[in-house]
Amino acid sequence: MKTPSQKKIIVIPCSGIGKAFGSVSREATYELTENLRKETTETVCLALLVSGDQDSLQLVRNNKCITVDGCPLQCAEKNIRLAGGDFAASFRVVDVFKNNRNLRPKNITFLDRAGEQMAVLLAEQIANKVDELLREQ
Amino acid sequence: MADISEKKVGIISCSGEGCVEGTISRVATRLVLEKLRPNETVTICLPLFLAGGREERTFASCYPTITVDGCNKLCAKIGTERYSGKPASSIVVADLTRGWNYSGLSSRRKLNDETRSVAERVAETIASQVDQVLEHWR
Repeated sequence: MKTPSQKKIIVIPCSGIGKAFGSVSREATYELTENLRKETTETVCLALLVSGDQDSLQLVRNNKCITVDGCPLQCAEKNIRLAGGDFAASFRVVDVFKNNRNLRPKNITFLDRAGEQMAVLLAEQIANKVDELLREQ
Repeated sequence: MADISEKKVGIISCSGEGCVEGTISRVATRLVLEKLRPNETVTICLPLFLAGGREERTFASCYPTITVDGCNKLCAKIGTERYSGKPASSIVVADLTRGWNYSGLSSRRKLNDETRSVAERVAETIASQVDQVLEHWR
């Protein structure tokens, strides 16, 4: 059984397929979980979780969760709350955009340079939050 | 009677953050929407659909859907059947690509040349299914 110090922070992006900001949320999550905080974070398929997958449900209920949403519907945050996840913080791509209006991603399928830059900025913000949550544990 | 321009097929892709086949399913879906059949298809965000998005469920109840899943957990297919109705067609990338002599060695984050080409082939399969669904509908 995992001790608290071994617990990970679960980062869940919205699965937005229709808008570039959805792609940014996913890319930021990958940047965080595969690069910036590889050892202390992991992600889970939101659709699998919403489908009722027991392993995914246990993961979000037993670990602190950070959601990353691409649009105002905030599917990731709503679904983590609905699933009874240990919700700790939420991030919205639009907030990064508000502070970096020169970055306006246009491509959805394959993010352009602006989208990638926005994802890195967002991932850095999430990484700071991860550190903060880990210090509290 | 529905106008031709109103005849759309909903492509519901799994979100598939967990494996490269999930990325292939999303990319293939986008290729159909943007390049292969832009006037005949729309997409639906799966978690929004599963969580009770009214518009998404109404659409999927009224129009034919094609589900595209990366793995055999079949989130898109099962979710569509549970909340809307039987999809007109279902594609599972892991099954479809079996026998395509494809290594599967790619990052789930960024597709390499080989996997992009697999995504293009999957997209062609989806487009062909769209044509069949529309032909049947007409």
